[in-house]
Amino acid sequence: MWEYSEKVQDYFYNPKNAGVMENASGIGDVGAISCGDALRLMIKVDPATDVITDAKFQTFGCGSAIASSSALTELIIGKTIDEALKLTNQDIADFLGGLPPEKMHCSVMGYEALRAAVANYRGEAWEDDHEEGALVCKCFGVDEGMIERAVRNNALTTLEQVTHFTKAGGSCATCIEGIEEVLAKTNAAMVAEGLLDAAEAFDPSQALRAVRRPKTGKSPLAIKLEPVARPKLTNLQRIRLIEEAIEGLRPFLRQDGGDCELVDVEGDRVLVKLSGACIGCQMASVTVNGVQERLIEKLGQPLRVIPV
Amino acid sequence: MRPVYLDNNATTRVDPAAVAAMLPFFTEQFGNASSMHAFGASVGGALKTARRQLQELLGAEHDHEIVYTSGGTESDNTAILSALETQVGRSEVITSVVEHPAILALCDWLEKHKGVTVHRIPVDAKGRLDVEAYRKALGPKTAIVSIMWANNETGTLFPVERLAEMAHEAGALFHTDAVQAVGKLPIDLKSTEIDMLSLSGHKLHGPKGIGALYVRKGVRLRPMIRGGHQERGRRAGTENAPAIIGLGKAAELALAHMSDEQTRVKALRDRLEQGLLQRIGNSFVTGDTDHRLPNTANVAFEFIEGEAILLLLNRAGIAASSGSACTSGSLEPSHVLRAMKVPYTAAHGAIRFSFSRENGEEDVDRVLEVMPGIIANLRSLSPFWKDKGAAKAAADTAFNPTYA
Repeated sequence: MWEYSEKVQDYFYNPKNAGVMENASGIGDVGAISCGDALRLMIKVDPATDVITDAKFQTFGCGSAIASSSALTELIIGKTIDEALKLTNQDIADFLGGLPPEKMHCSVMGYEALRAAVANYRGEAWEDDHEEGALVCKCFGVDEGMIERAVRNNALTTLEQVTHFTKAGGSCATCIEGIEEVLAKTNAAMVAEGLLDAAEAFDPSQALRAVRRPKTGKSPLAIKLEPVARPKLTNLQRIRLIEEAIEGLRPFLRQDGGDCELVDVEGDRVLVKLSGACIGCQMASVTVNGVQERLIEKLGQPLRVIPV
Repeated sequence: MRPVYLDNNATTRVDPAAVAAMLPFFTEQFGNASSMHAFGASVGGALKTARRQLQELLGAEHDHEIVYTSGGTESDNTAILSALETQVGRSEVITSVVEHPAILALCDWLEKHKGVTVHRIPVDAKGRLDVEAYRKALGPKTAIVSIMWANNETGTLFPVERLAEMAHEAGALFHTDAVQAVGKLPIDLKSTEIDMLSLSGHKLHGPKGIGALYVRKGVRLRPMIRGGHQERGRRAGTENAPAIIGLGKAAELALAHMSDEQTRVKALRDRLEQGLLQRIGNSFVTGDTDHRLPNTANVAFEFIEGEAILLLLNRAGIAASSGSACTSGSLEPSHVLRAMKVPYTAAHGAIRFSFSRENGEEDVDRVLEVMPGIIANLRSLSPFWKDKGAAKAAADTAFNPTYA
């Protein structure tokens, strides 16, 4: 059984703005019955102010598809078209108190229906670039198509790069073999098309080797080793290194509409400010852990990253 | 209000008598059956009784034809992997397109990584096996045939006894995944040519985590799990004594209730099915209604989606299941219904009600009471639904989404 938030349940059991609208200003149809979900969004727009005065929906789909559709209508009523178009599918998911990763496509459907309805209102043609493949990373809801696009557009050739670009595999890591499969397939296709040097392509046989891992804890049975002497850093050097590491991470965060800046360093406490989409994101703590890991790796010292 | 549980093909409640039979084997009788002392001996005796109880339910000639496993999936995997090893010079597997993933996912893997040729026999619109295609697929390279006895989604029965004879004519072993059939149908393996059969405890009011593979005397079996000498060296690992004993009791009870399953339970199913079709338009029964399990009804409601139906049923205290894409997290609806060419418009809205001997008339009444309202409610939300049932399929020009 899915873990639906109370708000999802409420919007499914008692959907608001369900039904047909007479004389709609714009209608957006997305989805298809073969995919198991489809949504028709109908909007009424005041031509003088461009304000969406009313919205209705009809949805074929699961509980979260119906709840997402209803949430979308609630979010856009009273907004101008331009304001409404600023909404993302994450806003729909957030409004509902979050959606299970397998169900994020329901919010994407709402996002697309709005664009389709606005295009219809403005008399424009609306092209959908939506595609879906098998869900590979369940933690972050990354499907095969997203991985393939990231690999192609950025000529990625390692698992780590794919994780940095798409987050896939960045949490529980049970899907890494699936990611490697997509990576190998895509790289092979790129080599065949002359887009990638065969020597650069991901080599699955190399990814299978066991490697020594940094210890996260101390086994009570571990043999005591002398600590490895590292050159001592001055405070200034440390802060510079921290700054550099954070700068290196920011492009990835910005890709997802988020950001992170260094506020202060107090001993082993690194205070950072998350902004943009990171705020209120369910994955914020994962992001903070990722930043922390990167800093520890770079400085070779234990650190705690604290969002302020 | 008492909840209405109509998802017995997913799992069943362990019969209280089976629980009672199991309990002493967690506490005072905790011994390892292999031990050379009194603690072990008493457990060994109880295991023997349990094995005979299961033997009787299956109509097996010998009790040593039963190999206990962790469940249906392990039994299925063991049967096919063993046959590919023992049937030297034969490297093909024949199965059907509507098998459980325990068979299909294994076959996909064997095909992809082990160079095994897999023939997947199609079914017709009623879910019946294409016997001609099966006959053609059989040949000197066939190591094993694995065809389910009863389909888990529609309850459709396959003529496994005849299929086993055909396999033997081609010199191939025959295995059947009978997880849904055992306990619901009278079975007499000694009068068939079936070589191997998989069953699962929790589908017949026994505990979870226990199952068995029936292996006809004389059929070679290569263990999948190696180690100790348990199960005559065919499945290593200390016996799950409480579960084996619970399954034994469950088998005895299933045999005692067999006529009830075939008469009263079947009548409940039929009344529900007829009642739903009468009350709700644009709905139909899937599967082979003339040859199917007595407890299973699979009804497709057009133009709405299964998960939404299940959530509303759940709120009304009714448990059922669906082959809809959304309940499984994939985008494709049930492979069984798609193989039967049930249109997408209906496959997404197919609901399976599966009864057991624990259900009664009041359960049917409850579903018949709430279902019309649920379906009407969801249809009123659906862009594919037009008033008075004048809906058309996805080709409907009125609703025309940009991507398909």
